Amino acid sequence: MIEWSLIIYCGLITFFSRFSMIALLKKEMFTDRIREVLSYVPSAIFPAIIFPAIFLNSAGSLELEDNPKIFATIIAMLIGIVSKNVIATIFSGLISYWFFIFVIFN
Amino acid sequence: MNSKLKIFFKGIVDVSPLMIPVVPFGIIFGVLSIDLGLTPITTMAMSIIIFGGASQIIFLQLFSAGASSLVILSSVGAVNSRHMLYGVVLSDHMSDLKIFWKIIISYFLVDQAFAVSNSYLKKNDNKDRAFHVFGGGATCWIVWQTTTLIGIFLGSIIPEKLGLSFAVPLTFLALLVDDFRKLKNIIVIIVSGLIATLGYQIVPFKAYIIVAAASALFTAMILTKSKELKND
Repeated sequence: MIEWSLIIYCGLITFFSRFSMIALLKKEMFTDRIREVLSYVPSAIFPAIIFPAIFLNSAGSLELEDNPKIFATIIAMLIGIVSKNVIATIFSGLISYWFFIFVIFN
Repeated sequence: MNSKLKIFFKGIVDVSPLMIPVVPFGIIFGVLSIDLGLTPITTMAMSIIIFGGASQIIFLQLFSAGASSLVILSSVGAVNSRHMLYGVVLSDHMSDLKIFWKIIISYFLVDQAFAVSNSYLKKNDNKDRAFHVFGGGATCWIVWQTTTLIGIFLGSIIPEKLGLSFAVPLTFLALLVDDFRKLKNIIVIIVSGLIATLGYQIVPFKAYIIVAAASALFTAMILTKSKELKND
């Protein structure tokens, strides 16, 4: 039952991160400086999920050679930068990944 | 029509284009959750109780890796810190609302709703303008619950050989697409990614996400500070 209480706590954290600033009266504490740094939160957190999922194998060790995920990510990134389209980024990555694992590395 | 309802519908219409990428994200979450051995009910409960894509994926990854509760909670807290920024921006537009509506709208305040409502709120001064966020968020809620459910069903059908878990880093990569054009963001991205990858085995308690994010945010502080000094 640990997972249930964890889910509820995570829900509360998520809710209060949204609610706290709306309910808070003292907004002066949120300077432009803090706003600017907070705008970097996605760039600071998402790579911590992305990089290990690409460069590490299921055992958790580095896999830099013959790794189809690296090639597929590079393609997805280029498509993403050019198209600025979320769907195009995801699907170009998936399709090129399948191409690498089923055709090239097979 | 009642002005609250009208603004609510305007929120639904405005947010609709942003729902397209939510569809694969929700399905991937459902599939992954079932793959990792969580029950359909727990999976659905996560989407309803937490209602935040990034938080839920991080929860799954850390939970299945056997991370401690403290690490899971602090990592989810870190991912959520961006919502505080949304709250700050929106609070000016919601100061007239009753606490009940503040609670309801807070629950529905997701990235997509904030993105479309932010520009709407700046251009309108109707006292009920915050209902635009409610419309956008409620739309996102329905799409998220439906796609989670589809993912739960597909989870038992999709063969593991397809490596669909690779869609997770791709989804987050897609969310960073705009940031790849800015040098400071690229530096922050590389710092975070390298520390997480190298720290994965070394950092105790699977706290690598927190350590990487804190270091990267500290880097962002230094990078933005130097610009600020130049401007002064």
